[in-house]
Amino acid sequence: MNHESPMINIMGLWFNLSNVLMITVASIIVLIIAVVCTRNLSMKPTGKQNFMEWVMDFVRNIINSSMDWKTGGRFHVLGVTLIMFIFVSNMLGLPFAIIVDHTLWWKSPTADPVVTLTLAAMVVALSHYYGIQLKGAKEYGRSYFQPVGFIFPLKIIEEFSNTLTLGLRLYGNIYAGEILLSLLAGLATSSFIGVLAAAPLTIVWQGFSVFIGSIQAFIFTLLSMVYISHKVSHDH
Amino acid sequence: MLLSNTFVLGASAGVFNSGDILFTIAMFAILLFLVKKLAWGPLMGIMKQREEHIANEIDSAEQSRAEAKKLLEEQRNLLKEARTEAQILIENAKKQGDLQREEIITLARTEADRMKESAKLEIEQQKEQAVSAIRDQVASLSVLIASKVIEKELSVEDQEKLINEYIQEGGR
Repeated sequence: MNHESPMINIMGLWFNLSNVLMITVASIIVLIIAVVCTRNLSMKPTGKQNFMEWVMDFVRNIINSSMDWKTGGRFHVLGVTLIMFIFVSNMLGLPFAIIVDHTLWWKSPTADPVVTLTLAAMVVALSHYYGIQLKGAKEYGRSYFQPVGFIFPLKIIEEFSNTLTLGLRLYGNIYAGEILLSLLAGLATSSFIGVLAAAPLTIVWQGFSVFIGSIQAFIFTLLSMVYISHKVSHDH
Repeated sequence: MLLSNTFVLGASAGVFNSGDILFTIAMFAILLFLVKKLAWGPLMGIMKQREEHIANEIDSAEQSRAEAKKLLEEQRNLLKEARTEAQILIENAKKQGDLQREEIITLARTEADRMKESAKLEIEQQKEQAVSAIRDQVASLSVLIASKVIEKELSVEDQEKLINEYIQEGGR
């Protein structure tokens, strides 16, 4: 169960090849879903188009709950991509894990803290970028001293804690799910009685993980939009 | 513990997979771009188009409803107008009829009066004529009778005396 990661070093940077593989797979799946669902668009939506529009409306509602559509509209595509990418990533690790020579190849890319923290940092960085762009540097800077001046250190801490919690929440949920699944798989391969014991537990836990994965994708997108709205909106 | 070193952040053979950061960001950016180009853009376009279509439909429905209302009002007014006009026409006709009746009656009355008058006049005339004719008749008859009586009664001496009387009277 203590699997190695396929690490390689390219120009001084360490790449986890399983992450590279799984991010690519997740991206391709998201792209395929997005493209397939938006072929033959019509005014009266049917089938696949309905699904895609439902996703868009879902994200639109998330954005509308934290900021008005005039400023939030530009983050719509970001939200749609985020929620689809994270959802697909979360689901990838559920059905199976592929391990070759004690090296874990197939897993959820979101079960790696570096990936989730990267996404979280990206969102927070975007929130700062748009905060400066939409409100101007002066008002952006002033927001660190509101409502009172001494809150400034807390605001700085908040930025880092936001990033950390956003990334680690996703990582923790998915990683824990995968650990438990791999433990159950280990139990199943240990003995015949182990199979009998592990089978129902695995089914239940996989169902629960689907739920967890959907919720985490939703929460990640929701919190991303909340953080961005804190930076771009004037009234708070 | 077996699992303990996998729980460590970025725990993979003790090296930090910093390259994954770049890869994640690059892949996500590419994905974002492609999704925007291939799916989000067209879908947003069609959704906006539908929104506009629905807005237009609502507008036109409202417009036609207003038009229908206006037409209805117009028709109602026309109907009311027609009704009052008909009322006026009937009223006028009644008045005219009354007037005509009065006229005819007075005309007939005067005509009757006139005819009565003339008839009376004629009757008077006829009576006068008859009276005068009777008077003439009576006069001649009396003269006749008188002459007859005189012829029978007058003797010679009386005739003489009478003639003398006339002569004397004539001599005066």
